[in-house]
Amino acid sequence: MEADQVLNCRGMHCPLPVVKTKKTLDSMQSGQILRVECTDKGAVSDMPAFSRRTGNELLETREEEGALIFFLKKK
Amino acid sequence: MAEEKRKRIAIIASKGTLDMAYPPLVLASTAAAMDVEAAIFFTFYGMDIINKHKYKSLKVAPIGNPAMPSPVPMPNIIGMLPGMTAIGTAMMKSMIKGINWPTIPELVETCIEAEVKMLACTPTMEMTGVKKEDLVDNVIVAGAAEYLDFALDANISLFV
Repeated sequence: MEADQVLNCRGMHCPLPVVKTKKTLDSMQSGQILRVECTDKGAVSDMPAFSRRTGNELLETREEEGALIFFLKKK
Repeated sequence: MAEEKRKRIAIIASKGTLDMAYPPLVLASTAAAMDVEAAIFFTFYGMDIINKHKYKSLKVAPIGNPAMPSPVPMPNIIGMLPGMTAIGTAMMKSMIKGINWPTIPELVETCIEAEVKMLACTPTMEMTGVKKEDLVDNVIVAGAAEYLDFALDANISLFV
């Protein structure tokens, strides 16, 4: 999946991935896609929760080389 | 999904130790990132979390805290020896750094940037001689009524 922006949260722990995701989305246009890369195990449930609450759609989740990759569509 | 009326979280931070400073700041910054309106009311020792002269050097004491991890097993009473608080604090700080976790000043900054309402309790300031200029910028000096006015419409209310 093509992303308009990539956010590297490898090595970061709660609350940073969610806080930085929000900050990055704020700088993007509606409909653009953000790729977030996390190694925090909590992200597996944190990102869907963030998506549900903020309305930024979680299009895809996958694993790549030990990292969780999320694709979020800016509301 | 964000609704018309935003959800709210109201937190009272009453403790000024390194370990107890994290939960209010982590929850409030995450809430703000999730489009939730967040406020923290800093009272009693919790005021140290937003005190510019103190928030870099919050401490945690091994004494009276049997859950504190120790490299070697030892009776809790050893924690009363001079220097044990400094050792315990240094250990916890290195654990925090080890997982690349933000420091307290960094988290305070994150909360302010995310527009978390930071309320400083006026009687605590009077009692301890803390002035508004001793506190980080963007703090609102307030009393219980202002906090309650916010918290009465909150979905989550916590005392830490």
